Amino acid sequence: MDNQQEISVSSKKFRKKSIIAFLVFIVVFVAAVFAWKWLRHQPEVAGAQKPLRKGLALDEKVFSKTLNKNHLAKTYPVSAAAKNVRVNGLIGLKSELDSSWKLKVVRSPGDTLFVSLDDIKSLPKTDITFDFKCIEGWSQISHWSGVKFSDFAKKYNLGLQTQLNYVGLSTPDKKYYVGIDMASMMHPQTLLCYEVNNKPLPLNNGYPLRLIIPVKYGIKNLKRIGTIYFSNTPPPDYWYERGYDYYSGL
Amino acid sequence: MSETVPGNKMKKVIKKHPLAIRWFHWINFPLLGIMIWSGLLIYWANDIYRIRWGDKTLLKFFPNSFYKALNIPFRLAEGMRFHFVFMWLFAINGFIYVLYLIFSKQWKFIFPNKRSFKDAWTVVLHDLHLTKKRPTEVKYNAAQKIAYTLVTFMGLGSVLTGLSIYKPIQFGTLTNLLGGYEWARIEHFTLTILFALFFVVHIVQVILAGWNNFQSMVTGWFVVKEKKSALVTVPVVAETTKTGREKIEMQILENEENDEEDIAQSTKMKTKNKFKNHG
Repeated sequence: MDNQQEISVSSKKFRKKSIIAFLVFIVVFVAAVFAWKWLRHQPEVAGAQKPLRKGLALDEKVFSKTLNKNHLAKTYPVSAAAKNVRVNGLIGLKSELDSSWKLKVVRSPGDTLFVSLDDIKSLPKTDITFDFKCIEGWSQISHWSGVKFSDFAKKYNLGLQTQLNYVGLSTPDKKYYVGIDMASMMHPQTLLCYEVNNKPLPLNNGYPLRLIIPVKYGIKNLKRIGTIYFSNTPPPDYWYERGYDYYSGL
Repeated sequence: MSETVPGNKMKKVIKKHPLAIRWFHWINFPLLGIMIWSGLLIYWANDIYRIRWGDKTLLKFFPNSFYKALNIPFRLAEGMRFHFVFMWLFAINGFIYVLYLIFSKQWKFIFPNKRSFKDAWTVVLHDLHLTKKRPTEVKYNAAQKIAYTLVTFMGLGSVLTGLSIYKPIQFGTLTNLLGGYEWARIEHFTLTILFALFFVVHIVQVILAGWNNFQSMVTGWFVVKEKKSALVTVPVVAETTKTGREKIEMQILENEENDEEDIAQSTKMKTKNKFKNHG
């Protein structure tokens, strides 16, 4: 242990030590400044510097592979749910909704399943009241109902498809789209949702069908699902392309 | 300190800051800076915190002019990716620092004891020029001990509250313990404000303490003010003061046993006796 006792050194030695210490200090400082500039100006992958993309990939590895995939989002009594559900984005909802809407499920290229809202509603209904979290930092306890995606997959024999790594979803006009890792999609709280506060979804909240995926930030909870498809490679993702983390898991 | 015979005079120094602590400190400084900056980029996207008195908003976090001056707006994605990459470095540096304090027993200089709390008050009064009294201190005064210990716990607090809002489902238990998602966010924010306040006080104190104190955080050596009597007794000429010198060397060697490799010597020194060139 450094015991804070006085020692005597020659002025010469002291000066030498000071000079070397400050030289090291300045060299490291300048190196750090250059490293920072280097990092800021690295080539970008989907709007984010490559090394930081790698860092986010590491985060995903650590937090998705080492921790429990089936950790549940905390749930609340229905009475805790907000009456006015916040609407934060309308991308993909601005075009006219086709009255003959059916959910398209692409089982494989050229093999598309069409499912009507009534068919979806005929599946076992699941409710969830949870704290919906926006990537901006706000959250709101809200109450949603629909069918678990895992139930839906079972009912429509999507066993092979759900062996793949990712699910892609997009709005009918393809203006908004997300990619989701299969573990999160098959999570027991992930819903194909058609009701909020026990009423059909309003248009601005994704009528007729939206994704509710509590283990992800709001940006992944796509409204007005047009197409669902499966892939081993990450499907395109709207906010990923704008510099956000692909995984965006909670 | 004037030197009439450069290179031939003795200086009394205290080996104040071990090399490791200097590295931890100077690595932490930019890392904390990056965490606070990227945190601001994130916070801006939902900047709801205010200090209120009744219906009156006393302080909005943060005023638009502040955001503008620092170029904060519309950089949420950038803030998140920097925050969630540099968090590792910040946490690891802090973690190793704490391990180092424990295993090197350096914590004894920092961790406050029963007397520290009483003494710290006297130190504050002294620094505000309200009293001439100054409690005795080794390495750090009582107020420093409390501040440096507190700031280390704040670091831990930032990591824990941070984790609980970063992965509120994976760390659901932690989030609950901290009072839920929104409380944890408030706590995380508050800790950041406290870091910023610590930083301001720290900088002011460092400036007031002067060059000798500052340079000791770089070189490790703190120069002890030479009193007139000390000047006389310090042995200078090798031959005539051999016994005196040997005494000092013995004392130094004792100290050296657990001493850190100092920054200057580690590159230069190859001989065993670090203090060979005395006198």
